[in-house]
Amino acid sequence: MVVSRFVPGRKRVGPGIESLTVTFGDRGALIRARGLVKRYGDFEAVRGIDLDVPSGEAFGFLGPNGAGKSSAMRMIACVSPTSSGELTVLGLDPLADGSAIRARIGVCPQEDQLDVELTVRENLTVYGRYFGLSRAECRSRADELLDFVQLTDKANAKVESLSGGMKRRLTIARSLINQPDLLLLDEPTTGLDPQARHLLWDKLFRLRQQGVTLVLTTHYMDEAEQLCDRLVVMNDGRIVAEGSPTALIAQYSTREVTELRFGVGHHEQLGGKVADLAERIEVLPDRLLLYTDDGERATSEVAARGLRPDSVLVRRSTLEDVFLRLTGRSLVD
Amino acid sequence: MTAASPPTAASAPAPAGRTGTLGLALRQFDYWLTVYRRTWKGSAVSSFVMPLLYLTAMGVGLGGFIDDPDAIERLGGLTYLEYIAPGLLAATVMQNAVFESTYPVMSGIKWNKVFVAMLNTPVVVPALLLANFGYIAFRMTTIAGVFIVVTAVFGLVPSVWAGLLGLLVAVLIGLAHATPVVALSGRLENDAGFAIVFRLGVMPMFLFSGAFFPVSQLPAVFEWLAYVTPLWHGVELTRMLTTGTLEAGMAAVHTGYLLLWLMTGWWLAIKTFSRRLVQ
Repeated sequence: MVVSRFVPGRKRVGPGIESLTVTFGDRGALIRARGLVKRYGDFEAVRGIDLDVPSGEAFGFLGPNGAGKSSAMRMIACVSPTSSGELTVLGLDPLADGSAIRARIGVCPQEDQLDVELTVRENLTVYGRYFGLSRAECRSRADELLDFVQLTDKANAKVESLSGGMKRRLTIARSLINQPDLLLLDEPTTGLDPQARHLLWDKLFRLRQQGVTLVLTTHYMDEAEQLCDRLVVMNDGRIVAEGSPTALIAQYSTREVTELRFGVGHHEQLGGKVADLAERIEVLPDRLLLYTDDGERATSEVAARGLRPDSVLVRRSTLEDVFLRLTGRSLVD
Repeated sequence: MTAASPPTAASAPAPAGRTGTLGLALRQFDYWLTVYRRTWKGSAVSSFVMPLLYLTAMGVGLGGFIDDPDAIERLGGLTYLEYIAPGLLAATVMQNAVFESTYPVMSGIKWNKVFVAMLNTPVVVPALLLANFGYIAFRMTTIAGVFIVVTAVFGLVPSVWAGLLGLLVAVLIGLAHATPVVALSGRLENDAGFAIVFRLGVMPMFLFSGAFFPVSQLPAVFEWLAYVTPLWHGVELTRMLTTGTLEAGMAAVHTGYLLLWLMTGWWLAIKTFSRRLVQ
């Protein structure tokens, strides 16, 4: 694979480094929120959240639809005024310095918002101009970014002709045109096939390695585990848990999960017979989940009690287990 | 922080270097250039050819049929062609300005969401609108420019100054209609409302605001309604210029009234766009 020469986000460390210190002072956090609230009329989408995202971190918002993730992101992106609470982004106040903050962040919105009648390359060069870059600078950055997201072959194609995954990559390339300090990604891989997702993860991982601070929302647990150093789980406008993926699993789940499948309809009554074999069990219509640190042992104990499940699966606990425990299994919308 | 810490504020503009509204609007120049490149051919007939066809059919054809000393006297000493040329100019500009303020604006907000994407950058709502109106002003300049040059060839523009002022007035007429309609487009949830704008707004104004006949021909109620429309003032102002009957007092009234529409529309557009896009 050709490794791109382009290093988005990494600026020439030099004369401006003092201004970095001045800008952030001792706060250290690129994003800092205290009691942040977003109201739309009577509806409270975000109900008082606290956040500190340090420079260089990959930070995730997890939560079901309607949990308030996107509203929080829009406030951080300075396109949505806060209703109450404190918020600073890059050490600045979004209300007073929204434009200056946006100059230094990259936004990859949930919907692509590309100009479908323009070519792939024009979408980048036109967008770069909004940041006050010269035409020559826009052209050279566009070429580097097209290389980075592997769209060089499509440079002169109309956006209309691109696949969903290509559009998403182009949107990410566009969000990097200003070499942002902070990249905001709202559900970056929703709707993509596995190949496209993995390619995008690879790109995001590289950006992270280059020191770009990433903030993303997702409801894919594997995505959160892959990409995030730390994440918060939001539910109903509030943060219900916070930590690294491993810490969250340790805190809210067990190391392993044993999944037992008996005939449909038996699970409710069998639940009681195995409840003592695990720290926690969950009875679902189609299976029993035993949360335990030693799944194999639980399995043999089940067998020792003369129970014969149709199938047994021992697996590691995942963020999905944490997520479902914290936000419940019922549909939100 | 140490040098190892990644970002990046190094080349980032400090808040002190904030760019003003005009500067942010100018950054959108390349975008609007791409818009013009892809639309001007498609709109060439309606913008450049149609008004001249109207002028020929009604001014030359119908005019030649009805012009007699009596009619000319009733039109204040003008042939029908002389009478409707400025009217057509103003009405054409109005029509095109309203069109530019409807579907393309809704597209930016709702369909391709280009405006939404712009606001993720340093661009702010007033700068976005300023650039959009700048583009509409440019469009009106080209449309009115072609019209004025062609009518000047037929001797319908008394002087270069009249032509240049006519161009300026055309832009004013365009913007006086564009700003309120853009504000409306910022409010509408879908494009169904545009049908009403064209059927109940543009069409009647085009026909009944003094472009083709004096509004004194209308029943009193409609005559007064015509006086309220910005287009009537635009038609009168343009006619003063092309027929050399400029009268300072009335010209000021017409200009002021058009500016009132322009500024009110501008203010409303900022309000509706902010409410819609920055929420």
